[in-house]
Amino acid sequence: MSCKLTNRFVPGYLDGELDLSRTIEMETHLQVCAECARELATLQAMRAALQRNSLAYAAPQALRERIQSSLRASAPSPASAPVEAPERASSWNAFQFLRWAGAFAVLVLCAVVAWQLLPGFRGPANEQQLAAEVLTSHVRSLEANHLMDVVSTDQHTVKPWFDGKLDFSPPVEDLASDGFPLVGGRLDYLEGRQVAALVYQRRKHFINVFVWPVAAGSGSTQILAPQQGYNMTRWSRGGFQFWAVSDVSAVDLAEFVRLLETRSVPESK
Amino acid sequence: MQGTASRERFEQAVLPHLDAAYSLARWLTRNDEDAQDVTQESFLRAFRFFDGYQGGNMRAWLLTIVRNTCYTWLHQNRPPESAVEFDEEIHSEEFSADTNPELQVLASADKATLQRALEELPEMFREALVLREIEGMSYKEIADVASVSIGTVMSRLARARTRLRQALVAAPRKES
Repeated sequence: MSCKLTNRFVPGYLDGELDLSRTIEMETHLQVCAECARELATLQAMRAALQRNSLAYAAPQALRERIQSSLRASAPSPASAPVEAPERASSWNAFQFLRWAGAFAVLVLCAVVAWQLLPGFRGPANEQQLAAEVLTSHVRSLEANHLMDVVSTDQHTVKPWFDGKLDFSPPVEDLASDGFPLVGGRLDYLEGRQVAALVYQRRKHFINVFVWPVAAGSGSTQILAPQQGYNMTRWSRGGFQFWAVSDVSAVDLAEFVRLLETRSVPESK
Repeated sequence: MQGTASRERFEQAVLPHLDAAYSLARWLTRNDEDAQDVTQESFLRAFRFFDGYQGGNMRAWLLTIVRNTCYTWLHQNRPPESAVEFDEEIHSEEFSADTNPELQVLASADKATLQRALEELPEMFREALVLREIEGMSYKEIADVASVSIGTVMSRLARARTRLRQALVAAPRKES
């Protein structure tokens, strides 16, 4: 093997574990290095075979039941267990019917509400355009080494820094205690206007949160389909629109958004 | 003392990961019956430790318990596998023709061949590959489950992949 990058970086590239600059480097390199390209194709073929043949085992139903009953045995509960058990299997009584009917009604209601809200919230095609803009801003901020104009982990330094630079004062929260420290902020442009970009860190990954005021009040949180390996979520709250974008896992980003939502700007009733 | 409420909370949080738990146990023990016993034992252990669960990645937390239960079980019930030499020479460059026949062999490997090849990998390699390719875990998650560094995960994965490739290429092929 003559190319030094093959063993060092092709597997990480395949597994999506390289950092952004290395990923871009590898993408360029793969176009010119036959050796790396071939190694990648080979690994991809093996992965495809592993995934095509669904090699995960599903737990047998008997095991599920065995586990549940052994859990019950290890957690004795004099009140409910012995009396309730035989009844549960017995019949489809009126009470159960009502319970299911109720659940169904709630489901239908949710669907209707979602149907009504989504198109209005989502807006027309400019949603996608905005998502693309957000993504580009995020990538550029990392690439051009222009992640932060104000470098500080203190929300009381970052927030005032925006004063006089923006026509609004963005909510700034530090989530260091939850593993998402605030590391700074900068000005950015989206939809032809200046917006605040807050930068958080998750281990070695950065999360950009773009904030700007919107006319409408609060809207439901929307998780966008991942693009080029980046996860994006948008929401609005307290008169602000928020977009979070990062290469952290979808799970991490969801957790981050949840934390930020519960902290930022209490809902005006 | 654990009551009904905590059991229900546990079931809600942990039972959704039963398939992942069983699948890992099945790959590590290579046997359905043992996998079922180990999985059940793991759930009971997890239930006992559940109060100490600090939040975070539930699947990784459960799979760590499954993995440790598997190895304890294997240690008690089976002769140890012969140790893996870590400095073995790897010859993965046997196929350097332009057409890359290796790729075609890998791409067309069937389920039985893949299963056998995976099962024959040494434990630590099998574990890394199963967590990565079947459970879709990140290096960090695998490192947590196996209690090793990310560097070790990367080196084990690389070796696992090389060995699997060799095994698949060497496997007798069906007449076409």
